[in-house]
Amino acid sequence: MFFRFLNPALLMMLLLASGCEREQRRFDEPTAASAPVDSIRMTPQQPGPMTPVPATKAPYSENAYALNEGKRLYSAYNCEGCHFLGGGGMGPALMDDKWIYGSDPANIFETIVQGRPNGMPSFGAKIPRYQIWQLVSYVRSMSGLAKSDIAPNRNDSMQARPAEAMTKPEHPKQ
Amino acid sequence: MAKGHLVFILALTFISCSKQPQSKHEASGAGSIEGKLTVPAASEDGQWLMAAKDYANTRYSALDQINTGNVANLREAWSFSTGATNGHEAAPLVVGDTMYVVTPFPNMLYALDLKNGGTLKWSYDPKASPAAKGVACCDVVNRGAAYWNGRIYYNTLDDHTVAVDAATGKEIWKTKLGEFTNGESITMAPIVVKDKVLVGNSGGEMGVRGWLTALDAGTGKISWRAYSTGPDKDVLIGPNFKPFYAADRGTDLGVKSWPPDQWKIGGGGVWGWISYDPEANLIYYGTANPGPWNPDIRPGDNKWTCGIFARNPENGEARWFYQWSPHDVHDWDGINEQILLDLDLNGNKRKVLVRCERNGYVYVLDRLTGEVLSATPYVHITTTRGVDLKTGRLQFIAEKAPGTGRIVRDICPFAAGAKDWQPTAFSPKTGLVYIPHNNMCEDAEGTEVSYIAGTPYVGSHVRMYAGPGGNRGVYTAWDPVAAKPVFQIKERFPVWSGTVATAGDVTFYGTMDGWFKAIHARTGQLLWQHKLGSGIIGQPITYKGPDGKQYVAILAGVGGWAGAIVAGGFDPRDATAGLGFVQPMADLPNYTTKGGTLYVFSLP
Repeated sequence: MFFRFLNPALLMMLLLASGCEREQRRFDEPTAASAPVDSIRMTPQQPGPMTPVPATKAPYSENAYALNEGKRLYSAYNCEGCHFLGGGGMGPALMDDKWIYGSDPANIFETIVQGRPNGMPSFGAKIPRYQIWQLVSYVRSMSGLAKSDIAPNRNDSMQARPAEAMTKPEHPKQ
Repeated sequence: MAKGHLVFILALTFISCSKQPQSKHEASGAGSIEGKLTVPAASEDGQWLMAAKDYANTRYSALDQINTGNVANLREAWSFSTGATNGHEAAPLVVGDTMYVVTPFPNMLYALDLKNGGTLKWSYDPKASPAAKGVACCDVVNRGAAYWNGRIYYNTLDDHTVAVDAATGKEIWKTKLGEFTNGESITMAPIVVKDKVLVGNSGGEMGVRGWLTALDAGTGKISWRAYSTGPDKDVLIGPNFKPFYAADRGTDLGVKSWPPDQWKIGGGGVWGWISYDPEANLIYYGTANPGPWNPDIRPGDNKWTCGIFARNPENGEARWFYQWSPHDVHDWDGINEQILLDLDLNGNKRKVLVRCERNGYVYVLDRLTGEVLSATPYVHITTTRGVDLKTGRLQFIAEKAPGTGRIVRDICPFAAGAKDWQPTAFSPKTGLVYIPHNNMCEDAEGTEVSYIAGTPYVGSHVRMYAGPGGNRGVYTAWDPVAAKPVFQIKERFPVWSGTVATAGDVTFYGTMDGWFKAIHARTGQLLWQHKLGSGIIGQPITYKGPDGKQYVAILAGVGGWAGAIVAGGFDPRDATAGLGFVQPMADLPNYTTKGGTLYVFSLP
């Protein structure tokens, strides 16, 4: 009796319900994607005893669809115009291990929202928060800081750089 | 073509560029600048008052103490660190016993005492906004200043023109000309004509609308502005506009040759060189590429981009126009220098301008009418079939035009052209034009692109590589009468520096791997070279010091579009990085590091 209900479609639904974050499509964005980040640190240095900086988990870092959206938005919002496909040119490279303003998702989020004084525009008033988080996860994937089964595999056009999913993870330095 | 005589108009230009400052200077009272900046009356006064040396843009000096026989003894006299680490493209100026140096952003101006080994007299900081660095397409360069009537004039990256007292370093006026938040910047060296400072904007990769602006040299007030796109009244086209070719005649072509409203963000910046013919009372300058690069987005001839205007400097009215590259599809900014010469062509004496154009041809134009007299390839070209001399139109090969989703291979010359901004020199002694230039090709693809004010508007992926032979740079000596090269020197990297020609039959240029070279002006023989602290993309000059000796000066400090990989630390794994110019320069960091230094050389 039980097996009569277990047709392939139902099996699929059960699998999805079991929580495949990678393939999830959201109709409501998670609260974390619209909440402001608490605080970011621009330096590991602090006076007195060290208190660890908790790493922020980006709300979309495990979601392949969101990273692909991030890749599309990266072009649509002209991030590509300055940073190109990660090699930089007007803005700094994003596929290497150098992060002027920090590699933590919260740092990247705030860099996009606030802008930075040496040429990075402030996009906070232009781009919805959940899209900025999608961009954050995509930007991290450009230097291999996303799982290879989550990161984009190819461009739709000229293959001008190794695919994000094939990029060897860099070890960020600040 | 019959080989003819070649007459030069240097006398004309020396009169115009050196005599006028002198008379004005005297009239304004030598006391205010301690009488130090008196300009000698001789036709070759040993000074260097504007980046191009003279209004004809010859970059020729009649000094001949340093010559082919003794240049091998040249040695460093003194040096000066600019403190800046981006690309140093400027020409130093020499006025009396002072040298003036403008740096890339933050656009500092330094006055150095030539009587005292280059000791710093004063420095001036225009306090340019660092945010403007975000709208500079190709490094935060500055191409130099101009001296006029006791003042130094130059432009800042954040869209200001400043007038600084040449004796004291005090700011006299500062005028805002544009909005960097809309993508505009200024990198060009101004020239001063008839008490007007002429300045144009950069930003063809940012969806700006190009213009040339004239400011009153005394007050800094804007006296006129001529846009490169839009209705005739904005372009200052009126009844006296008489272009040679039919394609440039008509009403409001700066609107009609674009899709609706696209001209408002269509580029056509004015970031290159301006020449002036005092006899005809005309200025000549080129307009940059139309935006975005992806040509599918802007069908039409995209006037008045990628062309040359002749204008009356007093009111800016256009007299003629010629379009080098109608509906440009390869980012061939038409802003290179034009050298004004009088040539004897087939027995006819012609007042011409010689233009080594980015699209790969050396043009000789009648500078009074805008007629193309000849257009001869000086590099390997796969993209066009020459210029139709009946219509004046460049014959594009349609299959070589990239477009949305269409990748085209083997585009030669590439986006930076056969020659980019790096200015040529002309020697009346040899009759040759000395051309520092590129030998590179590319693959390109158009992409969709959003216009967001203040951000790039390019719509293109480009992958660049060396042209035939593998040498990315060439230094060519060109005979403009016979329309053929006399000698060519191959260089590993694009020759991104300017050059200077001298009466000693020696020319100078620098390489991106840091060699400053002296060349025999007739044979191309390497006579002397010296390794500098960083790669060279500056403009060499030569002058007579207060001690009566001839000196040669050059700024080292690699960067610019071609050297951005070093100045900006970009990642060559991405073929599109730096508008495509990072990957083909992946080996440059093995040869040089960044850092700006002025070097001055003399004989022992």
